[in-house]
Amino acid sequence: MYKNKDITIKESFECETGNYHTFCPISCVSWLYQKISDSFFLVIGTKTCGYFLQNSLGVMIFAEPRYAMAELEEADISAKLYDFDELKRLCSQIQQDRNPSLIVWIGTCTTEIIKMDLESMAPKIEELIGIPILVARANGLDYAFTQGEDTVLSAIAQRCPKYEPKNINLSFLSFKNNKNKISLQQKNSHIHPPLVLFGSLSNTIVQQLTLELKNQGIQVSGWLPETRYEELPELGPGVFVCGVNPFLSRTATTLMRRRKCQLIGAPFPIGPDGTRAWIEKICKVFNVIPNNLDKREQKIWNSLQDYISLIKNKSLFFMGDNLLEISLARFLIRCGMIVYEIGIPYMDKRFQASELKLLEQTCKDMKVLIPRIVEKPDNYNQIQRIKSLKPDLVVTGLAHSNPLEARGITTKWSVEFTFAQIHGFSNARDILELITRPLRRNNHLKDLGWSTLIVE
Amino acid sequence: MKLAYWMYAGPAHIGTLRVVSSFKNVHAVMHAPIGDDYFNVMRSMLERERNFTPVTTSILDRHVLARGSQEKVIENIVKKDKQEKPDLILLTPTCTSSILQEDLKSFVERASQNTNSDILLADLNHYRINEFQAADRTLEQIISFYMEKNYKQNKEKLNKTKEPSVNLLGIFTLGFHHQHDCREIYRILKDLKININQIIPEKSLVTELYKIKQAWFNIVPYREIGLMAAEYLKKEHNMPYVSVTPMGLIGTATWIKQISNLVKKIDNEFNLIDYEKYIDKQTRYISQAAWFSRSIDCQNLTGKRALVFGDSTHAVAITKILVQEMGINVCSAGTYCLQDADWFREQVQGFCDNVLITEDHTQVSNIIAEMEPAAIFGTQMERHVGKRLDIPCGVISPPIHIQNFTLGYKPFFGYEGANQIADLVYNSFTLGMEDHLLEIFGGHDVKTVITKILSTDQELIWNNDALKELQKIPGFVRNRVKRSTEKFARSRNINEITIEVMYAAKEEADDQNNKN
Repeated sequence: MYKNKDITIKESFECETGNYHTFCPISCVSWLYQKISDSFFLVIGTKTCGYFLQNSLGVMIFAEPRYAMAELEEADISAKLYDFDELKRLCSQIQQDRNPSLIVWIGTCTTEIIKMDLESMAPKIEELIGIPILVARANGLDYAFTQGEDTVLSAIAQRCPKYEPKNINLSFLSFKNNKNKISLQQKNSHIHPPLVLFGSLSNTIVQQLTLELKNQGIQVSGWLPETRYEELPELGPGVFVCGVNPFLSRTATTLMRRRKCQLIGAPFPIGPDGTRAWIEKICKVFNVIPNNLDKREQKIWNSLQDYISLIKNKSLFFMGDNLLEISLARFLIRCGMIVYEIGIPYMDKRFQASELKLLEQTCKDMKVLIPRIVEKPDNYNQIQRIKSLKPDLVVTGLAHSNPLEARGITTKWSVEFTFAQIHGFSNARDILELITRPLRRNNHLKDLGWSTLIVE
Repeated sequence: MKLAYWMYAGPAHIGTLRVVSSFKNVHAVMHAPIGDDYFNVMRSMLERERNFTPVTTSILDRHVLARGSQEKVIENIVKKDKQEKPDLILLTPTCTSSILQEDLKSFVERASQNTNSDILLADLNHYRINEFQAADRTLEQIISFYMEKNYKQNKEKLNKTKEPSVNLLGIFTLGFHHQHDCREIYRILKDLKININQIIPEKSLVTELYKIKQAWFNIVPYREIGLMAAEYLKKEHNMPYVSVTPMGLIGTATWIKQISNLVKKIDNEFNLIDYEKYIDKQTRYISQAAWFSRSIDCQNLTGKRALVFGDSTHAVAITKILVQEMGINVCSAGTYCLQDADWFREQVQGFCDNVLITEDHTQVSNIIAEMEPAAIFGTQMERHVGKRLDIPCGVISPPIHIQNFTLGYKPFFGYEGANQIADLVYNSFTLGMEDHLLEIFGGHDVKTVITKILSTDQELIWNNDALKELQKIPGFVRNRVKRSTEKFARSRNINEITIEVMYAAKEEADDQNNKN
């Protein structure tokens, strides 16, 4: 059995070599171009980047996506061509063919290494062609997978219109002690300071989360990003912001430092426990007493019982590749699972502070040890640990899934969690649907006698 | 800079990794940033590989940029040596890390002082060559390294095997139907009483590579990978090779003849089976393909127009099969292997109306839209173009998807391969009953081309009666009739399509067919 001494969350952090497998952060274009429907993403990189995109995105590439590679050739690398002219030419072509309202340049490892000054070229070309050009350095030197979205949103945050405080009628404060709480909350929706949520989610989930807050009398004044560039929310001093995904620490920093917004640090709305804590925190900041939240959460838990009975007391190992790991582990521990290890590419302890606190509390409530949290894991070491621990389920990338399955270890492909709808109360079932799928499948096959399919 | 949406051939390091991970007990260390190890996903998913892909990344991050990667790379190599005890570790940069121009050669030398494994550096220019060229080069590099190593160590002199034997060069991971092709080659060689000495690199040991010389000669079935190694072995070790692709009945016969001739040339005494007789028997009685193309069902294929696009090996072989063995008219044959353009042109000369050499998939799709062939034989990209244009497509070449890594036995080579190809071709064309329905509604290939681009926008209006009439046409030909009618309408500047227009279109199509 895996020995984990009785440790506090602070002591459970480790850092390994960083030799782990994950997607390149440029993969964020695949969901962001769909989310921001009038955008065009130009990835400035090499054949390697292009090959990754076309293979990882599979069928999407055939649907004339609104993204392309600016493929650097030998002459670009050796500076025989003038990169300003080259980019101007490509962007004019994009403008002509697609006429987007926004072009996002994705800087890659190569543009970093040859020190291509995208930030200073963008405004000049923007002026020449008349389309806003944003620069996001979503490269593999600095970031992993979902952090790509973080770099893009942080660039977009700087383009959001400025918020001008309107005259807020402060007289509502005198109603604060009014006995009629319902009418107060209805009123509240118009009088609390503006709230902008950040993180790219599918439009359905945006609707669901917005409605969830509206039920508490909280009005969401905008999302970063919106589906259209022109609809970006106003930002500035006096605006409160709150993240919906754990990998958005850079965006949070930009919103605080550059746009002077006030960050609401909350756990993330993943799982009914996370969603409830998220709403509670926002309510608390706006001095709203949450209404009916307890019941709502309990109802969701009740509806999950069939799935929970499948995973209760089962052990879990996160190899770590998309930064959702802490939130997912926290939810699954609440479901009764035992988590051996949470691998994670990068751990921002400040941005995830509330989430970590909730994890600690959850472990205490469920009377389990706090799992070790391994930042920048080493996949080779992890596989040795998996071999000795024999967890019931390993959440991992596609590079390791099949080899582990062949060795009789059940796996769940981690990337699915980034593409599935997992936020809010109503989607908790989807997370469990994903988590239990391999267990359900293997339940069907378990009596066949061929769970290990390799000679070692 | 080039605006690119899609590419046929991958970057160089993919080719190198394919070769390296095909060998048994060889490990690759990639010098690359996070995320460049996507190769591991491809191998694990497409090939449904049960083993961990023997590729580790020595991560290139901000820290490394500042300090250089020397210690880290060496450390990672030495660590891999201890962990996996491979026979060979090959260090490869990617497009990105190759720009750093670090002295990787010296890292390799330093690392090899502390390892039991041999250490090599993939010797490539990542901006000049593609996946196939890199694979070709890496295979040659590894083979020549071990041939020379053996020579230096003066291991026992090796004699040729008593019975005729061959090496198979270029069977490897993520190849298009390589496993099946390899088994089919083995079967034919067995019939010919020729042994396989080594299959390289798939599941072979680098420590055994020096035994290559025991074989009488080499076989290189795919042009893209293995020719360089075969040339090296010919030049340095006096081993002849056969580079014909045994695809199609004629191709397979030529291949067998060349092999038999080589055997005779090397040892005239050897009692080889009568290969002429063997070929004749296989072609006429064992294989179904020859009979199939004579059967009356296949008459309808005569003169049908097809477009072929793929790597040079497969595109050439399929073009020849379609024309020579099935009587199909290849309107355009093309390849994305620019490095092999001259050979390709020479091969398809006289077999097709038009040769297409390009790496740009939009150019290929525009030509398909313009030519409107009755069927396409191409890569997954052409399959998708075909879907949009409603033209059937058989996949005959990489790049491919997971569905092309079939579990069942589906070779492209040899006599069983000829059967498989015949099935593929037959299923790709619309035949029989369907064909007659097309005749009735004039939906045949129309020679004039109105729209040259792949576009679906149109301002044509179908009136109610015409729509009803269109609905009466069986579903599987409806789209084609719709398109040919619209094409006709456009050519006459007709905006509204009525029943009259439909029949006029049909009549014109009939006229066209009569003239041809």
